[in-house]
Amino acid sequence: MRDVTRPLAIKLLFGLAALAAIAGSVAVGQTQAPYEVEGRKSGYLFMTPATRSLQDDEFQNPGMFIVERGRDLWNRAEGPDGKSCASCHGDAEASMPGVAARYPVFDPAANGLVNLEMRINAERAAHMKAPPLKYESEDLLALTTYISMQSRGQPVNVAIDGPAQPFFEQGKTFYETRRGQLDLSCGQCHEDRVGMKLRGDVISQGQLNGFPIHRLSWRAMLSRHRIFAWCNTSVRSEPYELGSPEYLALELYVAWRGRGLPIEAPAVRR
Amino acid sequence: MLELAKTILAAAVLALSAAACGAADLAAYRVENGGVAAPLTDEPGNPARGRQIVRDMGHVTCLICHRMPIPEEPDHGEIGPSLEGVGSRLSVAQLRLRLIDSKQVNPDSVMPSYYRTGGFTRIGAQFEGRPIYSAQQIEDVVAYLALLKDK
Ligand code: HEC
Ligand code: HEC
Ligand code: HEC
Repeated sequence: MRDVTRPLAIKLLFGLAALAAIAGSVAVGQTQAPYEVEGRKSGYLFMTPATRSLQDDEFQNPGMFIVERGRDLWNRAEGPDGKSCASCHGDAEASMPGVAARYPVFDPAANGLVNLEMRINAERAAHMKAPPLKYESEDLLALTTYISMQSRGQPVNVAIDGPAQPFFEQGKTFYETRRGQLDLSCGQCHEDRVGMKLRGDVISQGQLNGFPIHRLSWRAMLSRHRIFAWCNTSVRSEPYELGSPEYLALELYVAWRGRGLPIEAPAVRR
Repeated sequence: MLELAKTILAAAVLALSAAACGAADLAAYRVENGGVAAPLTDEPGNPARGRQIVRDMGHVTCLICHRMPIPEEPDHGEIGPSLEGVGSRLSVAQLRLRLIDSKQVNPDSVMPSYYRTGGFTRIGAQFEGRPIYSAQQIEDVVAYLALLKDK
């Protein structure tokens, strides 16, 4: 709303300044993991050169606009004690690098997996007494993208041992199960038919390292669980709730499939 | 020999699954020699209608996976073989079985079964108990495919 009323020139200036600051801070001193590791390939490599350069260009990447909002939210005090994320974590650029690359994780308090979205809401509940942000809302996508971006270039590195192990197995089974009226498993597309044309799409390995992504054909940002729901619905299978234990287990398994690939958030996809 | 054994097995599996799932509202059919010889309906298939149906997104268009001689449609898929000339390669009976339930031709097939209601995992609620094609649509599409002859 605010954006609509602000004159375009000011909006652009403001946006560019903010993006320049963000871009500068991320470029400094970070190593960039390769887009292909031992045959595991980022979705980036399946995009056209035009889409890739859109992602690479901090000023044109359509996903960057939500990052500005994420930073506002990081600094915004909410709840009775007037706390913001920054009250405790300070500068996200200093405190959050590497975090997104490790999620989802086993959380003893929840006695289950939590991903970044759920962690954000848990922080709001425990430390700010603020209500949860709705899954797939602009706000939750914005904060998730902003935090994920602090790990840009860092290799995906999720723990699948110890208490995470049964969830990993559950996710693997989900991945390999044929589902829906089209009776297809994730792997039948994202392992067995990589690089083939499915109608207008080229099937990638279905990796998560770019998320949250901006999907050009939808003109929207989307979370990892949203693409799971979409891929389920595409084979005419009943999707699960975003944030459900089923999708969390799947997220762990799929993240592991892409171990070593660079966090790219916000990636740009077809 | 192997083919024949497969056919018998497939028919047996089908009989079992039909009994178990009570797929009573589907027209009965018999699999013989790798095909279904008898039409599912009394009304002969209409190839013009068939050409329309195969393009329809709401009916899992074949174009997701196949190249077809339908130049007005963009983005033909490459998951399965091109269907140009398929009417010369396969008999009408083979085409009918392929459409009804491709898993009976090849258990590992990724091609959907267009006329089957049982044996799915977590099928979307709105698709439960409803095959992708009606019996008449199967006949229409078979009639269309049969006309796709080699030039
Ligand atoms: C009152 C202080 C406080 C506030 C406010 C707060 N946090 Fe935290 N946060 C903590 C503490 C303490 C930890 C645990 C430290 C640890 O696990 O290393 C933590 C952990 C985290 C982690 C996990 C880091 C990791 O390495 O796994 C994330 C992510 C996080 N907070 C994000 C946020 C976000 C986003 C907000 C705002 C919505 C927020 N926090 C608000 C105190 C706070
Ligand atoms: C019928 C084939 C098909 C099946 C089955 C399928 N997907 Fe996909 N998936 C696609 C297509 C097409 C896209 C968009 C193009 C691409 O990135 O591959 C996609 C995209 C994705 C992406 C985004 C990749 C990126 O880099 O942005 C992920 C992640 C994904 N799928 C995961 C899954 C999971 C998990 C399953 C099983 C629940 C699944 N898919 C089942 C076809 C499929
Ligand atoms: C999800 C992908 C997919 C869809 C959708 C699909 N097919 Fe197929 N089809 C295949 C694959 C893959 C094969 C190769 C054989 C196999 O794996 O079963 C095939 C094989 C065939 C064959 C046998 C071709 C030959 O030369 O032996 C015919 C005929 C056929 N399909 C027709 C259709 C028709 C008609 C439709 C639409 C009503 C359709 N298919 C939809 C994937 C698909």
